[in-house]
Amino acid sequence: MATQHSRSAARIMMAPAVILLLGWMLVPLMMTLYFSFKKYLPLRGGDLGWVGFENYARFVSSSSFWPAVSATLMIVVGVLLITSILGVLLAILLDQPMWGQGIVRILVIAPFFVMPTVSALVWKNMFMDPVNGLLAHLWKFFGADPVAWLTEVPMGSIIMIVSWQWLPFATLILLTAIQSLDSEQLEASEMDGAPVLARFWYIVLPHLSRALTVVILIQTIFLLSIFAEIFVTTQGAFGTKTLSYLIFQRVLESQNVGLGSAGGVYAIILANIVALFLMRIVGKNLDT
Amino acid sequence: MARAVTTKRKSINTALAWAVGLLIFFPILWTVLTSFKTEAQAIADPPIFLGFDWTFENYSTVMERSNYMRFLWNSVIIAGGSTILGVIIAVPAAWSMAFVPSKRTKDILMWMLSTKMLPAVGVLYPIYLLFIRLGWLDSRVGLVIVLMLINLPIIVWMLYTYFKEIPGEILEAARMDGASLKEEILYVLTPMAVPGIASTLLLNVILAWNEAFWTLNLTAAKAAPLTAFIASYSSPEGLFYAKLSAASTMAIAPILILGWFSQKQLVRGLTFGAVK
Amino acid sequence: MGRIQLKQITKSFGNVEVIPPLDLTIEEGEFTVFVGPSGCGKSTLLRLIAGLEDTTSGVIEIDGADATSLAPAKRGLAMVFQSYALYPHMTVRKNIAFPMKMAGMDQAEQDKRIASAAAALNLTDYLDRRPGQLSGGQRQRVAIGRAIVREPSAFLFDEPLSNLDAALRVGMRMEISELHKKLETTMIYVTHDQVEAMTMADKIVVLQAGRIEQVGSPMELYRTPRNRFVAGFIGSPKMNFIEGEEAAKQNAHCIGIRPEHIDVASEGASWSGVVGVSEHLGSDTFFHVHDTGLADTITVRADGEVGITSGDRIYLEPRADMIHRFDDAGLSL
Repeated sequence: MATQHSRSAARIMMAPAVILLLGWMLVPLMMTLYFSFKKYLPLRGGDLGWVGFENYARFVSSSSFWPAVSATLMIVVGVLLITSILGVLLAILLDQPMWGQGIVRILVIAPFFVMPTVSALVWKNMFMDPVNGLLAHLWKFFGADPVAWLTEVPMGSIIMIVSWQWLPFATLILLTAIQSLDSEQLEASEMDGAPVLARFWYIVLPHLSRALTVVILIQTIFLLSIFAEIFVTTQGAFGTKTLSYLIFQRVLESQNVGLGSAGGVYAIILANIVALFLMRIVGKNLDT
Repeated sequence: MARAVTTKRKSINTALAWAVGLLIFFPILWTVLTSFKTEAQAIADPPIFLGFDWTFENYSTVMERSNYMRFLWNSVIIAGGSTILGVIIAVPAAWSMAFVPSKRTKDILMWMLSTKMLPAVGVLYPIYLLFIRLGWLDSRVGLVIVLMLINLPIIVWMLYTYFKEIPGEILEAARMDGASLKEEILYVLTPMAVPGIASTLLLNVILAWNEAFWTLNLTAAKAAPLTAFIASYSSPEGLFYAKLSAASTMAIAPILILGWFSQKQLVRGLTFGAVK
Repeated sequence: MGRIQLKQITKSFGNVEVIPPLDLTIEEGEFTVFVGPSGCGKSTLLRLIAGLEDTTSGVIEIDGADATSLAPAKRGLAMVFQSYALYPHMTVRKNIAFPMKMAGMDQAEQDKRIASAAAALNLTDYLDRRPGQLSGGQRQRVAIGRAIVREPSAFLFDEPLSNLDAALRVGMRMEISELHKKLETTMIYVTHDQVEAMTMADKIVVLQAGRIEQVGSPMELYRTPRNRFVAGFIGSPKMNFIEGEEAAKQNAHCIGIRPEHIDVASEGASWSGVVGVSEHLGSDTFFHVHDTGLADTITVRADGEVGITSGDRIYLEPRADMIHRFDDAGLSL
């Protein structure tokens, strides 16, 4: 509700943001699409003409493609499982009455603020190093042989590092959601004779479902394009080459822009499918 | 009504929560502790937890060797600059969407959100090419603009949700009182939204500070921020634990402190208002 | 100054017409109340006059000049909002000064006007407080103060008392009425509460679904409602409406009689029934009478001391000259 005057003012004021984002989206997207149909090797002859869908076909049929897809999925699914399950448990724990709740909260949230390059390096060297890493010391203390984490269980290690970074995010959001649960609802269900587990299953979990969905979708978007953690730890070796890392290598390391761009288009499509679900949820929220 | 809980139960909760909290926090704590050890103590077997000679030597070494201050300064400029620029562009847009909503407002908000989901790697080469053309490669200007653009949707969204909570009547009152649009935003809306704008600034500084795709790929030496500074410790310097720890501590400390202040707003910002 | 004329005003939101063509003249110095059930368009009408909404068609004239497309601030009107719309980050003084500051008035004049407004509204001691530190009534006064200092040609009030508790509401009602007597400025006041309308207005405009049902002084509306809607809306408790045989006797589709125009009589009176709920207010008693054969319930006002209680049979005598007659379209006959 407003006047003609304020509506036209609104359009003008919205323009810079809209135009900038439109440019930011369209220009690179168009260029990526353009390159994806070309044989384009900047260091080996440059633009070698149109090749139709060849890049798309080659990208999918390359021997690294399916391993990259499965690596991506393993990381995404693994991290999601760990962070959602532990996140719910942690949120419930932190919601209990205790002393020093504020401090525990701060401790739990801290990893989220750590730069991805820092956390990857610290984990890689100071914890997972088979000789001097803290985990190696711990293993030796219990009489086990130290594990060379990033070469023997590279996927598990990366999932572990990334989960450590994202668990605080999941916990924080789920905790916020849990705190908005009306305690009278729980008391009512207790009066109705529901035991603890039933209360969790029928009252707490449904209440958390929306927050949980949001956690999963937002994390998925970030996890699909995970980069620094792999760049710093394995550089894509030992089967940890994700789709985005593969594209990165095609474009920057082997300088095959056409092929990389075709991969980029796949990645964009994949991200948009996930995004669609997220936007539905956020969009619903806009109406309320 | 919250019920009284027995002291016993509260004690168990406390012990459990603190144990979990400390476990999660431990890698950070260990990094900070190690940064004060000598290199020998840092790799001592068995590891030394607290009983070592505290030294600041690593910090001075790191600062001398890698010109830490320049990286820090780049991080400050890039994170701060992109955030401030973003807020300046986003405030008018958020005002429009919150107070003069039209049928398309929702679609525009959604579309803005969708640009955030464009995988960076998909457009890496075009951006790289454009940067070369514009002479922005390894420049702070270029990174300020890119990080502003990737965070702009979040900034607009956060401001939008904060502005929505301000009653429109107050702005109408200002209009009746003779305030022009500029005066309305400057004297009435902005002061009222100060807490919201502050937390938006804070969250976006954090996000920009930690951004590790564009900052790694579009910089070399001149404009490289702390993310690149740390990545340079990948090897073989990474084997010098004490120095790595000192460098890491210096890279994360400022943002860790900011982050602790903004944890409440973080939820709203990162879920686009879907969880409050 | 302060004559407002609406000529063939309409307002649509999308395809929904909330105000069909409407004409209305508000005379200078008049206290006009727009009253009607919620959603009747009364607030929209006020916002059209204020300039906060565009008219879809028609002309708004203020003091003879076309103001239809003038910006709100240029119309010389001041508005008091339902939520008071005080600027929470400014002190009371700055709130009151804001419109003058926007107009670029010099500081000495500002101070003078703030002082006199504060004195008139009992706000002198609160000038350096923020709105958050004031009670509801005080906030209301600040909002009025902010309107007064502009010396507008008319004041617009949008349900200003609906956020106050009952006792304060009565007090503020008096204050606004007194303010009107003192300033003699045109005031337009929107409310859904017919008691406010009756007690404050020089002229009441009864609205329903964006249409004006009737315009007149409070007693005109009370005595000679133009139709059933106005008859039912004005007066508390509501007028009793009786259809059917009893109405036919009076050559009408429906007759209406106010509770205060029915006397409690003895056996042999025109009507009788059984008392359901009786509300004792002390000064008056309201009986809700059932089983009269006229309507579900007939409400009757009696003295406070009548010795009749629930379940008793009661005999009623309507005052013949106070019966309103309506045709089948609801119009008064």
